[in-house]
Amino acid sequence: MKNSFFGKLTFWKVTAIIILIIAAYAVIVRFTYGLGAVTNLKDEFPWGLWIGFDILCGVGLAAGGFTLCGIVYIFNIKSFKPIVRPAVLTAFLGYLLVIAALLIDLGRPYRIWHAIIMWNPRSVMFEVAWCVMLYTTVLALEFSPAVLEKLRWKFPLKIIKSITIPLVILGVLLSTLHQSSLGSVYLIVPSKLYAFWYSPLLPVFFFLSALTIGFAMVIIESYLSSRAFNRQLELPLLIRLGQVMPVLLLVQLVIKIIDFANRGIFNLLFIPRTETYLFYFEILLAIIIPMLMLFNKKIRHSRAGLFYASLIAVLGFILNRMNVSITGMEAGSGTSYTPHWMEFFITLGIVTLGFIAFSYAVKYLNVFEKSSEQVVAESSVVNLAKQLGLQVDK
Amino acid sequence: MGKKAILIDITKCVGCQQCAIACKEENNLPDIEETKLSATAYTVVEERGDHYVRRLCMHCNEPTCVSVCPVGAFDKTPEGAIIYNENKCIGCRYCMMACPFQVPRYEWNSTTPRVQKCRMCIERIQTGDIPACVQACETGASQFGDYYQMLQQAHQAIKNEPDKYVNHIYGEKEVGGTSVLYISDVPFEKLGFKTNLGTMPLPDLTWEALSKIPSVVLVGGTLLYGIWWITNRRKEVAEFERKIKEQEKESKED
Repeated sequence: MKNSFFGKLTFWKVTAIIILIIAAYAVIVRFTYGLGAVTNLKDEFPWGLWIGFDILCGVGLAAGGFTLCGIVYIFNIKSFKPIVRPAVLTAFLGYLLVIAALLIDLGRPYRIWHAIIMWNPRSVMFEVAWCVMLYTTVLALEFSPAVLEKLRWKFPLKIIKSITIPLVILGVLLSTLHQSSLGSVYLIVPSKLYAFWYSPLLPVFFFLSALTIGFAMVIIESYLSSRAFNRQLELPLLIRLGQVMPVLLLVQLVIKIIDFANRGIFNLLFIPRTETYLFYFEILLAIIIPMLMLFNKKIRHSRAGLFYASLIAVLGFILNRMNVSITGMEAGSGTSYTPHWMEFFITLGIVTLGFIAFSYAVKYLNVFEKSSEQVVAESSVVNLAKQLGLQVDK
Repeated sequence: MGKKAILIDITKCVGCQQCAIACKEENNLPDIEETKLSATAYTVVEERGDHYVRRLCMHCNEPTCVSVCPVGAFDKTPEGAIIYNENKCIGCRYCMMACPFQVPRYEWNSTTPRVQKCRMCIERIQTGDIPACVQACETGASQFGDYYQMLQQAHQAIKNEPDKYVNHIYGEKEVGGTSVLYISDVPFEKLGFKTNLGTMPLPDLTWEALSKIPSVVLVGGTLLYGIWWITNRRKEVAEFERKIKEQEKESKED
């Protein structure tokens, strides 16, 4: 029972198997009869749940990988090292699942390699394609030490460790480009995307919200995996992430207000229509509530407080991406869209695969450091020299 | 071979559908009557109140589909036609998402789906012929010719009968101009045309962001390297100082 994610939770095991069987059926139908058989997509609304959730949210929620790599390797704040690996693992799995979703969504997935040789640098999608390819490679390399350690392959491990810094710099750059370019994708539809979400600052909003949500995801998965695997929670580290988050959220709120003022659209906030309610709901979940919660020291310093604030922020983030890609696009496209049940199940299947892969990786690879209690106990970064001294003593 | 245009005079269209029929014949499309653009109907005549509006690809001067396609499956020919190369297409459907006129259609029920839309009968016009739809038009509602001549003709028509036509050539300025031009006796928004598109070519909007990539990479890369250099140096100095202290300690103890 101990440490066994599936042994303990048989209900979830059964649920996962049912979801995967239905999803597999939907995938077979999709590749036998075409996208029309499993989706409610149409000519006026060619992108749906898979682009909005699987891809936009998937990439955003993977942002913890590059932010923590940056903190630990570029800013040299080594005390965060215990949570780098789970964050990189999440990001790597996230990107693999994004690619899986892409292969299902593309009309002709077997031609995905065309983007490598048929260039169109004027296309945001071209930039997105290259970022996905390159950053997934970087993530694979960044996560490879966990596998190489297990296999005890010393030489490749040595090579990877020697190129850590260039790799991390490349990863941060590619992520910055990729997160923002997913926002840039929508710059081309000023007449379709509702004014709350269409803004020349879309790439900036996408980048900043991904940055914030990357931290939230690290908090959530540390909390959940500490419960599932009876592991010590790196609370002091998470509290410090919880300190950064509300500041980032405040920055987003301020930029949003400036953006609304620049475009003179405050009056839209008082028009009673679906988009208005969705926008209020989004701002509350994605920014206001988590920001107020995390500015409160008492909430921030409790496990549950941190977890729920992060969870609300993630839900708000998902709502934001859905608003940009689906609900905000409906009126301007002159049509409505509700996902087909098979679209739902393929998405659910992909998420399920993510959970399974994560728990297996944690079980068989050295993802969470064993000495985490020790490192956590020594969480003061201010006294860097002292800490280094301790590490050398070990 | 210069730039061409199709000029559509909405006042002259009687909704006979001859253009749509001719188009289907020319492009070997299934012979069924369709009321909306589809993967098997590149042009249709839609009834809008007591008017008829023919819809087809607008063949933009600065086409959004050409700019957004990651693999460059769309091209604009010197004649102005936007043509699609199905052998390059990966099926991301960004062209459909991005088209301000919602023209491109998809073969949703195929396992090798293609994007479909009007090609301005490119093979015909390259040999000096005119598009099949224009040739089939018996009332003169659709005309084809040199782009500037057509534009001139549209201006002339409005000038000759200012009481009849509204003073707006749809497609002259919309999203940077299109090779399909419309003139009408009622305001275009009343006919269901999108009049909120602005005059700026849409590819400029994404280019604004894309053109910043080199500087993001250069400045970002330098900045990250610089930060690492500083923090790493600090670490080294701290370590060095600690070693010196240890040595001093040792020498004192000696």
